[in-house]
Amino acid sequence: MNWRGAILPVSVIAAAQFAATTYGIQSDALASPVEILASLLQALADGSMIRATLETLGAALGGLLVGGSAGILAGIVLGLSGVLNRLMTVSIELVRPVPSVAIIPLFMLVFGLGFRLEIAVVAFGVVWTVLVLTRAAVAGIEPRLLEVARVLGMSRAQAIWKIVLPSALPRIFVALRLAATVSLIVAVTVEVAVNPLGLGYGMQIAQQALRPEWMFAYLVWLIIVGWSFNYLLVRIEGIVLRRMNFTGPRR
Amino acid sequence: MRQRDLLWGLASVCFAALLVFLWHLISAYRLVAPVFLPPPLAAFNALANGFEDGRLASATAETLERIFLGWLLASVLGIMVGAWIGISAFARNYVMPTLELLRPLPASAAIPVAITFFGLSDAMVLASVGFGAVWPMLLATAYGVAAVDVRLVEVSRMLRLGRFSYLRIIALPNALPDILSGMRVGLVVALIITIVGEMLTSRTGLGQWIMLAARSFRSADLFAGIVILGLIGLASALMLSQIERWLLRWRLQA
Repeated sequence: MNWRGAILPVSVIAAAQFAATTYGIQSDALASPVEILASLLQALADGSMIRATLETLGAALGGLLVGGSAGILAGIVLGLSGVLNRLMTVSIELVRPVPSVAIIPLFMLVFGLGFRLEIAVVAFGVVWTVLVLTRAAVAGIEPRLLEVARVLGMSRAQAIWKIVLPSALPRIFVALRLAATVSLIVAVTVEVAVNPLGLGYGMQIAQQALRPEWMFAYLVWLIIVGWSFNYLLVRIEGIVLRRMNFTGPRR
Repeated sequence: MRQRDLLWGLASVCFAALLVFLWHLISAYRLVAPVFLPPPLAAFNALANGFEDGRLASATAETLERIFLGWLLASVLGIMVGAWIGISAFARNYVMPTLELLRPLPASAAIPVAITFFGLSDAMVLASVGFGAVWPMLLATAYGVAAVDVRLVEVSRMLRLGRFSYLRIIALPNALPDILSGMRVGLVVALIITIVGEMLTSRTGLGQWIMLAARSFRSADLFAGIVILGLIGLASALMLSQIERWLLRWRLQA
């Protein structure tokens, strides 16, 4: 980002601060930038912000783990078995468009409020993307590689472990990165909607308590967290894909 | 070949029916408590009753209206700002970085902010949907408008096209595939934020419907609501891909 990009946000913040100090706002909806920053620093210092962040990230990653592994497993099975895949097509295409948040009330009945609810909803939110992309990755494997496995007399498990997984892995990883981005979004959404955990809930509570400075502090922190999360994912993806290209076949 | 595809499709539908039958057996033998998993017939009856007495129908209509309005708002806004960023170096340099900064913010984080400004109202849902769904369209439009073939830019210069004619005749049609895929993603976001907004505001709608059904342990009603929401997701995706095919038919001829 160059300096010209900083002009707009800096001037908006400066104008807001100027307006707040000269006119002295008493508002339930707005807070001055200095107040917001002070609240943010205070929440970071007393550990409440860090705890909320860990809750949100923990639920997002937990859901990613559950949904991602289920998606990879099912994707490999369906990608390898043409018959099963064609039989399942209609069922999958019917369930897949159900928006993840529509499942919240159902999972609330089953799990109650808490981590399990959030993890389950996140898992439902990511499993279809991972499944479909893994299935495509596995189905797109060079057929001659599978013939090689057959000629070498590999067992099914051996073939999956030595041939299928390595050649599908780069695309599976891309699917997982996509799913990771979604997982954070779904986690925050569940918190905003019902779940008394994490950053989304923190925002809701601050809003209900008519503390705009806290709410905006959470908002600013969420921007920072979202930005770093995505930055980290892109970096990891870059490193992993480069590694894979050293060992895997070049395209 | 077509016939074989058809047969496989039929087999796949039968398989889905088999799964529903399995669902029926599970609930008939009470392997899962009916509070969590109602028998498929009960869910279907709830669906039929809800539409018969009009409550589910009106909830569906309200939800569809909110999704559509929010999505429309986001589309208009996203395409306008995206086109501006795409053709103006000023906007790219001075405005785009701020937007890039806001983009990773989960769309639902806009909801508490919208509540402080609009209260628990329809305007709040509209604003949140608009904010959340605007990003895919904005970024796709900006990208598509900026990525015009150099030769086309030269042609437009030769023809002395003004900024608006350039946008209308060359840049926006060029960006259409990107815009449409952005609108597709935006529609999914609009659906999700609308449901959450309805859950929170308790305005009549499917989000409120499924929430109330769950809170009073009416699982058949809950499943009816989920089924409709799934159908909305499915139908909107199918509709958009049809529109896309129709709008982009000129590309196939090229």
